[in-house]
Amino acid sequence: MQSTDYAVRVEPIFEGPMDLLIHLIRKNEVDIYDIPIALITEQYLQYIDWMKTLNIDLAGDFILMAATLAQIKSRMLLPVHSDEAGPEEDPRLELVRPLSEYLRLREAAETLAQRNLLGEQTFVRRPEDLPRAEAEAVPVVRIGLFELIDAFRQILERIGPAHQVDLDADAISLKERIAQLIDRLEQHPSLAFDQLFDGQVTRPGIIVTFLAILEMARLELIDIVQHVGTGIIRIFYR
Amino acid sequence: MTPELPAIIESLLFAADEPLRLETLRGVLDGVDTAAIRQALDDLAAEYEKRGGGFYLLEVAGGYQLRTRPCFHPWIRRLRGSGGERLSRAALETLAIVAYRQPIVRAEIENLRGVDCGGVLRLLLERRLIRVMGRKEIPGRPLIYGTTRQFLEVFELRDLKDLPTLKEIRELAPEEAAVESPQETPKAPPGSKNP
Repeated sequence: MQSTDYAVRVEPIFEGPMDLLIHLIRKNEVDIYDIPIALITEQYLQYIDWMKTLNIDLAGDFILMAATLAQIKSRMLLPVHSDEAGPEEDPRLELVRPLSEYLRLREAAETLAQRNLLGEQTFVRRPEDLPRAEAEAVPVVRIGLFELIDAFRQILERIGPAHQVDLDADAISLKERIAQLIDRLEQHPSLAFDQLFDGQVTRPGIIVTFLAILEMARLELIDIVQHVGTGIIRIFYR
Repeated sequence: MTPELPAIIESLLFAADEPLRLETLRGVLDGVDTAAIRQALDDLAAEYEKRGGGFYLLEVAGGYQLRTRPCFHPWIRRLRGSGGERLSRAALETLAIVAYRQPIVRAEIENLRGVDCGGVLRLLLERRLIRVMGRKEIPGRPLIYGTTRQFLEVFELRDLKDLPTLKEIRELAPEEAAVESPQETPKAPPGSKNP
């Protein structure tokens, strides 16, 4: 027999304080909009004690919720002043609001899980595993920043001065541009560097696109590689 | 309108490896107007319904796709061997939060769930159900998450507006959230275990 303490993982029972709270509300068959706070707080603390005895590693979240409960309970005990200012807000709302939001989303998750999930309930024909053009065997190198800047300069030069009109109305944010590029990469997991600039005829448009590519590389959303032979730069969606 | 248009479209649906968008169809069927394409798609869908065969036509993720009928999943799973790992409850919850509240940052998700979500988010990213949409311009510049096209495909949604409406919850079922979906119970092939 081993004498070492063993820690029990709390997850399968209550993943978080919200789940414990829901469990208690359910067990006591009370309305979530009319929680008997004293009762629930007491039981909540009992569970925490019990979990501590079982050597369950309690996350800070459980303690935080205990504090919230205790605070609401004490506010409930204070005499209510029925001023002209109108009735004071039920202190329990602080708990009920996030709780009902959580329940709504939990319910939504269950509804989603009951759909005919692709790969579980329903299937599509598998795309053929044909060797795509420029398969992995092609020697490529991770590109350096300078090569990238060279490629960028070429694109800027290509548009020529005639097209370098600044149309501020068309300016889009970096974030929007990233979203657009990701949409395209989702359809084509690999694109040539030049292709990412398709439709960009203004200098700001090209600059935003370039910055978007850099940002995406930094966020590790894409890989940027250069073909050793042709020098063509390609972007791969990860 | 050419009489064989539905057949042409059927061949395209069969050969496509992702939901076929109306624009793609229009591009391929150069010169055929959208109304005729839609009509042909409707006709095909009705034909498959009438026939009641192994597959049906589903409008999903902004396109159209042929899919096997849910009642045949036991056989297909056998054909393909063990399927993908099912999503845990934690993963599903997190995914639902991202789907309904996107764009959203990790702290907001954790606020809602009351627990750390780092591992679950990583898993969802790996399975391409969610994606990073950028960084929020607040201190710490946290990553912003949203769902992917793959999410729509897996959960048979046409688009994000197609997500089921959130229900207001007043009462909790006594024990264990009641699962009340009259799902067609498939006859499993002999000897197969239902998961």
